[in-house]
Amino acid sequence: MDFVQNFPFFSIILSMLSGIISSVLPGKAAKWVNTAVIFISGVLSWVLLLYLMRKGESYTYMMGHFPAPWGNEIRAGVLEAGTALFFCIIMLLSLFGGRKKLEEEVDSEKHNLYYILMDLMLSSLLALVYTNDLFTAYVFVEINTIAACGLIMIRQNGRTIEAAVRYMIMSLLGSGLLLMGICMLYDLTGHLLMSNIHEQVKALASSGQYRTPLLVTIALMSVGLAIKSALFPFHAWLPDAYGYSTVSSAAVLSSLVSKGYIFLLMKIVYRVIGVTVFDDSRIIDVLFVFGLMGMIFGSLSAIRENDIRRMIAYSSVAQIGYIYMGIGMGTEAGMAASVFHILSHAATKSLLFVAAIGLTDVSKGSRKFIDLTGAAYRNKWAGVAFTVGSLSMVGVPLFSGFISKLLFAQAAVQNSGKMLPALIVLGISTILNAIYFMKTVIRIYTPVDSINNTADTAGDMVYAYKNRRSYTTALICFTILNVILGVSSQPVVDLIGQGLAMFS
Amino acid sequence: MGGNLLTNYGEAVAMVLFVIGFMNLLLQKNLIKKIIGLNIMDSAVYLFLAEKGYINGRVVPIIVDGIQEAETYINPIPSGLVLTGIVVSVSVSALMLSLTIRLYKRYHTLDLDEISMRLRKEGL
Repeated sequence: MDFVQNFPFFSIILSMLSGIISSVLPGKAAKWVNTAVIFISGVLSWVLLLYLMRKGESYTYMMGHFPAPWGNEIRAGVLEAGTALFFCIIMLLSLFGGRKKLEEEVDSEKHNLYYILMDLMLSSLLALVYTNDLFTAYVFVEINTIAACGLIMIRQNGRTIEAAVRYMIMSLLGSGLLLMGICMLYDLTGHLLMSNIHEQVKALASSGQYRTPLLVTIALMSVGLAIKSALFPFHAWLPDAYGYSTVSSAAVLSSLVSKGYIFLLMKIVYRVIGVTVFDDSRIIDVLFVFGLMGMIFGSLSAIRENDIRRMIAYSSVAQIGYIYMGIGMGTEAGMAASVFHILSHAATKSLLFVAAIGLTDVSKGSRKFIDLTGAAYRNKWAGVAFTVGSLSMVGVPLFSGFISKLLFAQAAVQNSGKMLPALIVLGISTILNAIYFMKTVIRIYTPVDSINNTADTAGDMVYAYKNRRSYTTALICFTILNVILGVSSQPVVDLIGQGLAMFS
Repeated sequence: MGGNLLTNYGEAVAMVLFVIGFMNLLLQKNLIKKIIGLNIMDSAVYLFLAEKGYINGRVVPIIVDGIQEAETYINPIPSGLVLTGIVVSVSVSALMLSLTIRLYKRYHTLDLDEISMRLRKEGL
């Protein structure tokens, strides 16, 4: 066994340990420990990715030297390593972009708590990505939920606590369903490891036994994870949770937490249930339909919104809808498009959240559109970054959003039954996206001609200049990431294809 | 169908309890009742697991009189899962209760809808 194969385990345990250590460290030290851990995890995943690409096949890693049906396992392939690397990058950049805001909004004695939660979040995300055991996945889903709840309410006001309660309730409903599904699947198959369950499910499907319980199990797990990742009818908690928490939390929640659950669902589809069995169940059509509805209704809610942060949050609902539409197509191409959209949306949405905070800061902290007039002149970098994010969301060529829309359209053409609804809704949704994002971009680039409030804005200017360096660096990195995903997408798409092939 | 229901009455009860807990967590306005619903839901899952792990006529998997055959004992894995699940549900309930206390201290009510209404009036 090569030494590199230990890396998934190292990165999970390292981030968890750093959380424990940070509990006795002062806030500043916790911050550096957290940054270092995210960076090291990223490097480890990168080395692992290179190793796996060279080797060309995935491997399973025994935990504690107990062989397959008894022990716990970690499994790593190209897709897992790539996703882990990407999650680390996004988390690092989101934290950089929101650091100043965090120091302002959260009491200083709570800073180390915030970084503990971030460490836990990272370890649970990595575990969700790498684990090969369903029950371990459930436990880390719960850790993820608890950490996310803490991230929402670290900024203490009535709104965030209420948002955290609502988030908790929906999440608990989802994890209850997921747990029930996992228990039923264990009873049907007698295993908890994904690969063993997969064999048994294949045997059950071919012999035609336990058809209804299997269907119920698939439904429970899919709906549970759909609730947790805020698919359309279950998104009521989302705008408050993303809209009022501190900016790093919002960026991490929208771009990583929900994606972690979706990644687990893809894992279940490929590695536990199997694509053919999943396609035969009608659940896939349900996911497809709700994905389509989410694309439209999420955008409609975003158009109605008068608050920039909540508008970006509602746009997440639409983007989650895209991902579920890709899963619902039931083809390899659809799944690859979904994976690409996970990456592209993560890069774009965190960019938008971070840029929006720069714009609201120079507008006396107000998030209303009317006060944002001309904000892009007051904070140039934030304005440019917000424009880039908007263009990417709408799907203008050069940016990552265009590639994911293109991939979705190509996948739709391959699936004759679902082509028409998918393409029509894709078109409508793009127009709706354009309406509310372009509205915002035009608004922030409209010059203010009244002279009487220049004094105030000048004061805000100074304050915005103070947080320049880390903030601007984060914005530039996000923008570059977006353009890289948009311009040289082919290697990434190839990598996803290779990873999906390794997956099953 | 009916015969299966009778032999698996434990599982059937677990399912009924699960649905009761789920609906309580979803529909109750009172936060404490919601948390009670959560606990009923989780307990139902544990009851289901315990029912599935039990094999008639066998004993707890603890070796006391030197019998090593697997046929003597029930399946220990569901018990392990129940223990893990209990740990998770305790921590989640504790978190929910602490959130509830915070909301109650601010707004002096446990009704989530009323809290939302007041928040909207405050216009925060």
